[in-house]
Amino acid sequence: MIDALGSVGSLLLVGGTSDIAVATARRYLQERPLRVVLAARDSDRRSAVAEQLRTAGATVDVVDFDAADPASPERMVAEAAAGGDIDVAVVAFGQLGEQEQLAVDPTAVSALGQVNYVAPIVVGTVLANRLRAQGHGVIVALSSVAGERARKSNFVYGSTKAGMDAFYSGLADSLVGTGVSVLVVRPGFVKSKMTEGLPDAPLATTPEAVADAIVTGVRKGKHTVWVPGAMRWVMSGLRHTPRAVFRKLPF
Amino acid sequence: MPETTLPQVPLYGWGRTAATPALLAPVHGEEEARAALQGHGGRGVVARGLARSYGDAAQNAGGHVLDMTRADRVLGVDLATGEIDVEAGISLDRLMTLFVPMGFFVPVTPGTRYVTVGGAIAADIHGKNHHRVGSFAQHVRWMDLLTADGQVRRISPEQDPDLFWATAGGMGLTGVILRARVAMKAIESSKILVDTDRTPDLDSLMTLLTETDHLYDYSVAWIDCVAKGARMGRSVLTRGRFARRDELPAKQQADPLRYSSSVLLSAPNVFPPGMLNSLTVSAFNEVWYRKAPKRKRDQLQSIPTFFHPLDGVGEWNRIYGPRGFVQYQVTVPFGQEEAMREILTRISSSGHASFLAVLKRFGDGNPGMLSYPSPGWTLALDIPVVAGLAELLDGLDELVIAAEGRTYLAKDSRVRPEVFEKMYPRLDDFRAVRRRVDPDGVFTSDLARRLSL
Repeated sequence: MIDALGSVGSLLLVGGTSDIAVATARRYLQERPLRVVLAARDSDRRSAVAEQLRTAGATVDVVDFDAADPASPERMVAEAAAGGDIDVAVVAFGQLGEQEQLAVDPTAVSALGQVNYVAPIVVGTVLANRLRAQGHGVIVALSSVAGERARKSNFVYGSTKAGMDAFYSGLADSLVGTGVSVLVVRPGFVKSKMTEGLPDAPLATTPEAVADAIVTGVRKGKHTVWVPGAMRWVMSGLRHTPRAVFRKLPF
Repeated sequence: MPETTLPQVPLYGWGRTAATPALLAPVHGEEEARAALQGHGGRGVVARGLARSYGDAAQNAGGHVLDMTRADRVLGVDLATGEIDVEAGISLDRLMTLFVPMGFFVPVTPGTRYVTVGGAIAADIHGKNHHRVGSFAQHVRWMDLLTADGQVRRISPEQDPDLFWATAGGMGLTGVILRARVAMKAIESSKILVDTDRTPDLDSLMTLLTETDHLYDYSVAWIDCVAKGARMGRSVLTRGRFARRDELPAKQQADPLRYSSSVLLSAPNVFPPGMLNSLTVSAFNEVWYRKAPKRKRDQLQSIPTFFHPLDGVGEWNRIYGPRGFVQYQVTVPFGQEEAMREILTRISSSGHASFLAVLKRFGDGNPGMLSYPSPGWTLALDIPVVAGLAELLDGLDELVIAAEGRTYLAKDSRVRPEVFEKMYPRLDDFRAVRRRVDPDGVFTSDLARRLSL
């Protein structure tokens, strides 16, 4: 249960090996010990993350999750909840994709759509069912400013984030009164393993900064947070920039 | 009970924090309680009284909560012994209205009359007379407990003592308390003879309490938690006992047991967050300290004035605004006065505004597995929910554990499970009793989940 002062007792990380997921767990562990469920594909990295979080004071459970497998979400949430209520669930998986390949390869587009859009909304639905039944909890969805306005350099990725962002924003409203809430997080360019090798974009941020925004946002009961906060006003401007100008912007 | 007819309502405790929705089932008696128990979903059941627990004890997110306040009948009275049989939903307020004119007072009362007998047992509440008579459960001769198997068991300190002492202080997690026999206290008048002393600091207060507590039935000190430095711990100590009839003024002797209580006004639900800040609270505390007499003897006070000053304002918890507040109540054993001083120092220097805190000396504890009182000092204070409070209180918990003290579940809304475990060495005994009478874990609450009880 999240207590009177907003402290969290259990955390489910879907896409548990992502840099943002790990940073979020570490950030929570700075405050208090808690139970962490890592949902990810079975890998060396998952074992390493589990060990790292145990050392930091967490009780860690590991469950299998594969965003490419349509049957995975139901099984994953059932296994994650078997050990007790889920206070905060972070939906933190996704891929950036290779835009050059995505521009021409329908199979790659379909695969990215499955991982970045279909799987997140299925996971969101399963999580909402579970949390509604337990009568409390927060779902944190990692969206992206890329979904705010698609641009030519990564519009396939941006379109999947736009779709999942719309889903979770609507889900938030549908859950009012159930004890469950949703926090949509819209980071800018995050320096992480997902963006390794790419040049930094303006207002680039870190997994730690995103984790901080998640923890603070959950504690305060917010519905949307931008990371960094200034991104909100930048994107608000870009959203209304004429297309002819937007197309020529250097990123 | 068909679920479709029950409304799912958000429930919270007196601190108005961490509300969760549950199906609230009105219970008028044993049959309805059993029906609600049988009709529960997978999320379990817990009984709720007048919701004066500060935290999440009478909440059950996504499950059933039984509203016991309608089962409030008096079933029997023995005027010779002062023992009464009542349904668990009856309030101490009602008991006073009914029995003070007959010459009986409740054996133990907390700072509010608005608690039920069931709640008083489940939290094993204490009052200003703990150092003389112990806590509420010690005045319960037996109780009828509806357990998970649908049976009603009559339990007492002699009949299934383990279940009795797991239920006393067990926060409703062993079953539904339906009825109880309570031994009332005989009184000759409805007035208390009160001695008041102002003490300039914590040392003088603790010394005065230690030396004179045994002379009084009732004793409590109110501490100014904002005062710092040499004035830290300045207090107003009130101690008293019920007056004999011949101690009343002549004109009151004709009707010595006259009793009336009423809520004078209710706080509206319009207070903004942050209204109670260090400025407003220190001004209030200053006035309150100054208006108390330095030393006064044998002043006659009414029951509400002496025992329940805050009950004069209905729903006073609203003044803390929409973010709510927590009460931090802990006890440390005698000999750990330094720990108590450190706790008070940290609170007063933290800048977290707190209204008057309460300090009292406890007497002996009882066999209750999760009963709070144990010999030592108990401190209670209200703090509005503000940023940084979690860290401050987690730090204080460390001091309490080191001093082998504990926190009070009826007030708690934020202690960590592994910290709680260290505070209550008999937690495993409690768990064993629960496994015996409720193997499937039907009885549960937000509190139970938060602390893995």
